[in-house]
Amino acid sequence: MRSPRPTVVWLLFTLSACAWLGWSLARPRAAVFLPGPSSDGHHQIEAACDLCHTPFRGVAQEACLDCHAEELESARDSHAAAVFSDPRNAADLAKLDVRLCVTCHTEHQPEITAAMGVTLPRDFCVHCHADIGDERPTHVDFAPATCASGGCHNFHDNRNLHQDFLARHGAGGAATFEGLLPAREAWIAVDLGDRAPLSAVDADSPGNAAPELAEAWASSAHAASGVACSDCHGGGADWIDRPRPDVCASCHDAESTGFLAGRHGMRLAANLEPMSPADARLPMRPEAASRTLDCGACHDPHDVDLRVAAVDACLGCHVDDHSTAYAESPHAGAWRAELSGEAAPGSGASCASCHLPRSEARLGGAPRIVVQHNQNDNLRPNEKMLRDVCMNCHSLAFSLDALADPELIRRNFRGLPARHVESVDMVPSPADGP
Amino acid sequence: MSLRTPSHPSTSRGAVAALTLAAVAILAGAVTACGGSTEGTGSPGIAPEAAADAIHHVLESDRTVYARHVVNRLQDEEGVIAASEQWEDDRALPLPAQMFRMSAQLTAEKTDRVSYALLSPWPINSRNAPRTEAEEAGLESVAADPSKPFYGTESLGDTEYFTAVYADIAVSPACVTCHNAHADSPRDDFELGDTMGGVIVRIALD
Repeated sequence: MRSPRPTVVWLLFTLSACAWLGWSLARPRAAVFLPGPSSDGHHQIEAACDLCHTPFRGVAQEACLDCHAEELESARDSHAAAVFSDPRNAADLAKLDVRLCVTCHTEHQPEITAAMGVTLPRDFCVHCHADIGDERPTHVDFAPATCASGGCHNFHDNRNLHQDFLARHGAGGAATFEGLLPAREAWIAVDLGDRAPLSAVDADSPGNAAPELAEAWASSAHAASGVACSDCHGGGADWIDRPRPDVCASCHDAESTGFLAGRHGMRLAANLEPMSPADARLPMRPEAASRTLDCGACHDPHDVDLRVAAVDACLGCHVDDHSTAYAESPHAGAWRAELSGEAAPGSGASCASCHLPRSEARLGGAPRIVVQHNQNDNLRPNEKMLRDVCMNCHSLAFSLDALADPELIRRNFRGLPARHVESVDMVPSPADGP
Repeated sequence: MSLRTPSHPSTSRGAVAALTLAAVAILAGAVTACGGSTEGTGSPGIAPEAAADAIHHVLESDRTVYARHVVNRLQDEEGVIAASEQWEDDRALPLPAQMFRMSAQLTAEKTDRVSYALLSPWPINSRNAPRTEAEEAGLESVAADPSKPFYGTESLGDTEYFTAVYADIAVSPACVTCHNAHADSPRDDFELGDTMGGVIVRIALD
């Protein structure tokens, strides 16, 4: 008679493996199920498989759009799915179905993943635009893999690169180095009514609260707007020491929306633990490793000194070459001059000036200038900085040259661009006539 | 069928697009019945030609309303606001052709049974040149006789379509001026009354 021992061992092993996998799946970080490292844009949320994966459906298009639809809409997506849904594009779609994000962006394949999570060869444009030389004789000698070189074309967002924009802003114009950032416009999502300003004696915090916090709050914009301690912390038995970001969002909705869409806040948006410098792929200061990223990580809610959030908060964590070169950069010099009062407000360039730009937003009324708190919004690709950031102070051609120079970016723009993006000069300026 | 002229300039584009969508949805539903059995529904259905003609009437009327009562009035007659190809940058009104394309895109987001496009043998954007045999034949046909629509069927992807092409006539000086002056236009000799291209209406038959 055959011994039952191998069967028992097999059963025990199988049951143990199932139990371990089940336990792993239920844990916050289900790394054991990852088929490979996630892209830079998704590794923060890779623990939440179900954000992207639908059981028995793979990665559904809706999962991508849940996070990216608004961005594509605001970018006036040049390759919007609706454009290609017209049946006349059936032949193109047979070659490359651009209606689906996963055609160009597949996950967990770092060996083929390029910037912005693109997993197609760089010459993918040629599938549909092979005859571009017939239409644009200037392009006839261009290699198919160079369409996106030097800020010429982007797949989704070409708002800053269309011919009229380049022509109007003098593609061949001389470099300029002066200008002002637009002024921020105060805006909150709620009507606070006619509240009187508060002072330190109005602090309605519990008796054991640190007095220095109340003093800092008393000189903040919150107190000036009549926002008391209990408005954020709750009153009486409902008091919480560290309000969640949704408390901030109840007034600062536009800023919160941007924050949650970026790499700083996307974990909170997915109901995961907040992002921490310890989990970042960029170089971070070791002493910052244990910090967590919510609104208070950059903004002291009692002090509300926006200058801290503009530079010091960033450099408190980021320690890559670009960040450490900031202090010696011309941008930093202009920022210091602005802070000291030697130069006009808006003339300096802090970290936030470029990465949290003052952008026009439609918030249910006339456009307002608010701070875009998604610090990745204008980095995919970096030519998205042109309109809201660089061209406040610099000419279009100089800005394009600078953004196309990785070494100059590493030095935080100390110096001049090493080369000129000549393709920009193909666009005739209005002065050239028809 | 009657169309109301939008009474407020700022809502005109949305109202026109909404009317277009509503009409297209109704007609798409009707023509779907004609492609299959009418048993059990009691619906007589509509011939594809009639459905395409009706859709085109709506599209043409909407664009005319927008061009006449929004763009021409506010830009040319009252000087309130300009229309511009770069309408977002310029804080201006979209051009009538752009309104038409945005409406087509909005429709494509809602249904794959009906689609429409504005094409031309002389397009400003080369993507709007004829690409299928039916489009080429249709644009040639309406250029030769603008009063007579072109009808045909074609198989695109794995779907059979009824395709109708209608002449797109230069009815306003603005059409001619813009196309003749545009840097990307292959023609600079359009005149009022010329056939500048065609409106293509497709209805899925499967």
